[in-house]
Amino acid sequence: MTWILFLEQSLNGLQFGLMLFLLASGLTLVFGIMDMINLAHGALYMVGAFLAAWLTQLTQSFMLGILLAIPLTAIFGMVMESTLLRTLYARDHMSQVLATFALILIINEAVRMIWGTDMPLAAPAALSGPVELLPGLFYPSYRLLIIGVGLVLAGLLYLLVTRTRVGAWVRAGASNREMAMAMGIHIQRLFTLVFGLGAALCAVAGALLGPLLAVQVGMGESVLILAFVVIVIGGIGSIWGAFVGSLLVGFVDTFGRTLMPALFREIFPPQVASAAGPAVASILVYLLMAVVLFIRPQGLFAKR
Amino acid sequence: MKNFRLACLLAASLAAFGTGSLAQTATKVKIGLVSTLSGPNGAIGEDIRDAFNLAIKLNDGKLGGLPVEVVIGDDQFKADVGKQLFERMVKRDKVDFMTGVVFSNIMLAGLPEAVNEKIFYISPNAAPSPLAGKDCNPYFFVASWPNDAYHEMAGQHATSRGFKTAYLMAPNYQAGKDSLAGFKRFYKGKVVNEVYTKLGQLDYSAELAEIRAAKPDAMYVFLPGGMGVNFIKQFVAAGLNKDTRLLLPGFGADQDISRGVGDVMLGMNDTAHWALDINNASNKKFVAEFEMAYKRLPTVYAAQGYDTALIFDAAIRGVKGNINDKDAMRKALREVKFDSVRGDFKFNTNHYPIQNYYLREVKKDAQGRLVNVLASNQPIMANHGDAYVQECSMR
Repeated sequence: MTWILFLEQSLNGLQFGLMLFLLASGLTLVFGIMDMINLAHGALYMVGAFLAAWLTQLTQSFMLGILLAIPLTAIFGMVMESTLLRTLYARDHMSQVLATFALILIINEAVRMIWGTDMPLAAPAALSGPVELLPGLFYPSYRLLIIGVGLVLAGLLYLLVTRTRVGAWVRAGASNREMAMAMGIHIQRLFTLVFGLGAALCAVAGALLGPLLAVQVGMGESVLILAFVVIVIGGIGSIWGAFVGSLLVGFVDTFGRTLMPALFREIFPPQVASAAGPAVASILVYLLMAVVLFIRPQGLFAKR
Repeated sequence: MKNFRLACLLAASLAAFGTGSLAQTATKVKIGLVSTLSGPNGAIGEDIRDAFNLAIKLNDGKLGGLPVEVVIGDDQFKADVGKQLFERMVKRDKVDFMTGVVFSNIMLAGLPEAVNEKIFYISPNAAPSPLAGKDCNPYFFVASWPNDAYHEMAGQHATSRGFKTAYLMAPNYQAGKDSLAGFKRFYKGKVVNEVYTKLGQLDYSAELAEIRAAKPDAMYVFLPGGMGVNFIKQFVAAGLNKDTRLLLPGFGADQDISRGVGDVMLGMNDTAHWALDINNASNKKFVAEFEMAYKRLPTVYAAQGYDTALIFDAAIRGVKGNINDKDAMRKALREVKFDSVRGDFKFNTNHYPIQNYYLREVKKDAQGRLVNVLASNQPIMANHGDAYVQECSMR
């Protein structure tokens, strides 16, 4: 593996990890503060992507499309929370899983009825080609944009959680919900706010990834599983844990996909290598999760 | 009293069995259509279903002179759901024929439910190589093309265009493995690397970085549905389409893909057995009627679904409605002659087609839509069968 290839794959891992972070951060907050398993988080990601695609078509501007999709998805998330999900807080996790799984199916089919199975979303023409970062290292400019936005949002989220009053409420709620309620924090409003924030982050991820991945019904399911892996690794309720976890998953998955088959080809005959290599690569992330669970079951940076 | 009740029961059951075996000429035909109608790959199944229904509608709701009832089921891209649907349609709904499945793995799961009950299955898409060779079945017919065919043609084209090195990629399942094996069978250059990705994988950045490092002349990918849309978008965004020629199998560049990818697909080449502008009366009628009925252009899947219905029509007419005579039905199917939208069509001894394959190119039509049309009227290969027919013991 040459240096150029290594750098390019590192950037790929970083980009993948940052996008996962946008999803995982919302999910870990909801799970940490509201103690609710929200499987419909992936559906919010999908709704964000479809809204961005639809609005980009309407306004003929990619920028406007994303910027408008974010508050719309946040509103959709908050409406979903205050009407449907509020009834689930008091219930056990199994009921929450069942209810939010049903939500996934309903939202999938609703999106399909409104917009169809898929929608095109293209990056703006200025960003549709590669950029030469170093001599010989070409990287798609659009992915650089994603990395930039991801880092900025991670920074803003960090500031929000550590430097603002709202952030203090969020951390208090994540550490000990009953105590936070006893201290007079408006827990209902906080929940709705956190949910809206999570939905907005999902929308950013969905809209930004739309030009790279297809905007299609069911796109939320595969990322959702990875997001859960990230929060299990990072620790539930911890934004920092979500950040570290998503970068870990991003790098392990990216390098695993390329190094594993190459490694297998060195050791095993071609027949075995071509079958086993990709299979092992795809389970590396779950192996990582298993190892973390074994060493530190509550996650790397758990709050409680 | 007990004896009387027993006698009644016996009489009733005899009557039920009796009427069943006495009926020879059917008064209607029931066809079960199981396909992927939801999720990211739903567009493919919808095309097959819509074209199948269109053919029946254009035939006044009949096939072979008999009124048709189509029982539709959605396998949701899951093999176990597909298998259950097959079982339900064959055993409970008592269909006369089965058809419809898009994906080879789902079809392989459900097919035994049909052929074990002597129900004919005509495939509008899935056509895995084992069933063309040693596992060939007297009740299984293929109306599309052998799974390897498009890939063999791409390999042939890559060889004749002089691409010295090629990089191959496909998802890690039976059809994926068949596809690259097919390409290599006819490609005489050097295969730089053969990569198997996860089925349903969305992000190919890691693989694209490897491709850039390898610098191949040509790139051949088998990535149906959403996977293909993602890959092509990312391939172009990485700037790789300037130095590496991307070759695709036909369905990898059809309307559903070009709609998702956009204008960057212009000029890309692919191989297929059918194109929108194939010049025969049946095809012209099919494309016009499909667009009028469904407000979109048909893909190869739709063309295959339409031809499947036409095959049923010709075969049922061939047995004069006697669809329960299995041997006559098989003979009628084997010798079927109909106006296929693709032109010449003939079944091989293993029930897979012998047909022409063409090179296609993505261009813009008069209305500015991206369409996949013939790059040349000369086929890459004419009257091509498949590589497995010798292994089939049927004659």
